[in-house]
Amino acid sequence: MTSSLPPAGPSSTALLTPDDEPGVGLWRAAARRLRRNPTAIVGALIVLSFVVIALIAPLLTPYQPGSAEWSGQVTPTSVPGPSDEHLLGLDRFGSDLFTQLVYGARQSLVYGVVATAIGLSFGAALGILAGGSVAVGGRVGAWIDNVVMRVVDIMLSVPSLLLAVSIAAVLGQNSYAIMIAIGAAQVPIFARLLRGSMLAQGRSDYVLAAEALGIRRRKIVMSHVLPNSIGPTVVQATLNLATAIIEVAALSFLGLGQPDPAVAEWGRMLVAAQDRFEAAPQLALLPGAAIAITALGFTLFGEALREALDPRSRR
Amino acid sequence: MNPEPLLSVRDLSVRFGLKGQDTFTAVDEVSFEINPGQHLAIVGESGSGKSVTALAIMGLLPQRGVKVSGEVRYRGTELLGKSRREMSRLRGREIAMVFQDPMTSLNPVITVGKQLSEVLRRHFGISESEALERGVELLNRVGIPDAGRRIREYPHQMSGGMRQRVLIAIGLACEPKLLIADEPTTALDVTIQAQVLEVLKELVADTDAALLMITHDLGVVAGMCEDVRVMYSGRIVESAHRDQLFAEPRHPYTGGLLESIPRLDSPRGARLTPIPGSPTQTIPWSQGCAFAPRCSRRVEACTESAPVLEHTGDRDLRCFHPLGAEATTTAGAAAPTTTDTPEATS
Repeated sequence: MTSSLPPAGPSSTALLTPDDEPGVGLWRAAARRLRRNPTAIVGALIVLSFVVIALIAPLLTPYQPGSAEWSGQVTPTSVPGPSDEHLLGLDRFGSDLFTQLVYGARQSLVYGVVATAIGLSFGAALGILAGGSVAVGGRVGAWIDNVVMRVVDIMLSVPSLLLAVSIAAVLGQNSYAIMIAIGAAQVPIFARLLRGSMLAQGRSDYVLAAEALGIRRRKIVMSHVLPNSIGPTVVQATLNLATAIIEVAALSFLGLGQPDPAVAEWGRMLVAAQDRFEAAPQLALLPGAAIAITALGFTLFGEALREALDPRSRR
Repeated sequence: MNPEPLLSVRDLSVRFGLKGQDTFTAVDEVSFEINPGQHLAIVGESGSGKSVTALAIMGLLPQRGVKVSGEVRYRGTELLGKSRREMSRLRGREIAMVFQDPMTSLNPVITVGKQLSEVLRRHFGISESEALERGVELLNRVGIPDAGRRIREYPHQMSGGMRQRVLIAIGLACEPKLLIADEPTTALDVTIQAQVLEVLKELVADTDAALLMITHDLGVVAGMCEDVRVMYSGRIVESAHRDQLFAEPRHPYTGGLLESIPRLDSPRGARLTPIPGSPTQTIPWSQGCAFAPRCSRRVEACTESAPVLEHTGDRDLRCFHPLGAEATTTAGAAAPTTTDTPEATS
């Protein structure tokens, strides 16, 4: 019988790259590639320290954010710099600057993650609806896709910050409003990305092969097309975390952010630093650097993830 | 003659092109039949319309911009115009297809076991574990060693030959009555080709399936199929039993195909004779024989009107000046017909 046939020949080993040892899935192979990429490591380290600082903020500083305890020491022309009690000095309201920065990480993390999660879930839902409808086909499918994508186009035609400002203005000044506003601005990005990659995957050979086997269209979309399409979306989510953190700061800077002064927030720290910039430039530079470095960390990691998931970059 | 063929294709035409634009006829009134258990080959080079024929039979051509006409009857029922739901019940269960490229025909993010069990569950309604059990059995049958472990692997962990074996296992999983194999070995290297063909042959024999082999490789045909249809530019140009076709090709195109494959009995160092030109050098069938621009036996009639597919002797032939015509002076070089539409083969 067939057992007498020689097993598939030497080409079986020739095609294997070191990443492709038996039993390794695509994602695990990607994780391996990530570990060997210096960009990914730098990005991951930044992100990791950001998360750790946010989590253990109360252990890093003995003070409370926004306490304004030492407001007596702050005058219009001078803000006390680093000292024994205050690692980085005070801010212009008389709170400990280091404490403000550390607790600010917390805010940025929560806002960034929640906003991106909102954008991702609604965007992905719309993208799956549109892309899935096209893939399932028929006139109804095309119609659903058209309606969904035109709505998304409208959302996309409004500049994201303007959209976020309008939403924040409508919902009022509270922390949920910011998250929803920034999340909403991300919805069209995810929707278009996921729909696009689903359409591209829908034309691939394995979809045709599955169809030739009589697999139902709906099943093909959910278990073949979708799993192959989420890679770019995951990458985009990582990159969007960076954007979200910057946008949170931007909204706060515009005065639409967290109104409670007892909550430290990087964007608002920048606002407060404006009129003391000459006397105490560190008040602006440090939160600014914090925002930039965090965003950089997510961006580096996201780019590395994109490379790791891209089959063309495999060696 | 068998009273009811398994698959009967009659005057199948496929035209591409959106409404109001010039259309391109990829398949032009092609007719053939396959009886249960019969192995038939459609041979032709790229662009001859053989793959489109297969996709049309399966109902897998896109709906927009494609016009399919003619008849495709499977066990007496017309397939063209069947609803998608009805077709999907048939595909994989009654008629299955093995595609050309094993590198892209398997889903890269799902284990082969999942893809194998999927088709079994779809058509037999069995449980996942039962389907996987059968899957291991199937992988064993196509000669994949250590099938129990291999079934949990992803396609990229397998070689091309293995993947094509997997595709064959998937195609024949539900024991379809008809397997369409579209160039199943083209993407593989020659030694692997032979192994995979062997597997395909054995499995098709085991399951009593009929086989429609689509290929450009007459070597593949020789080992697998009794009957051959040679296609050129969308039409069948020669239709014969394998033995007669190989012993005495009549159509110059068939002759060219045969001369372009290396033979064991040819003298060492002898050059292969290629067919001159490329398939793009063609004229529309409405103006003559599409092969005429490349044909060394071209006569005047060839560019004046199209030859029709005529039954001559032991085969059907579409040629004004076939090979061997001088010796026997058959009806091959007879007066050109004025009609452009060829008769259907029966």
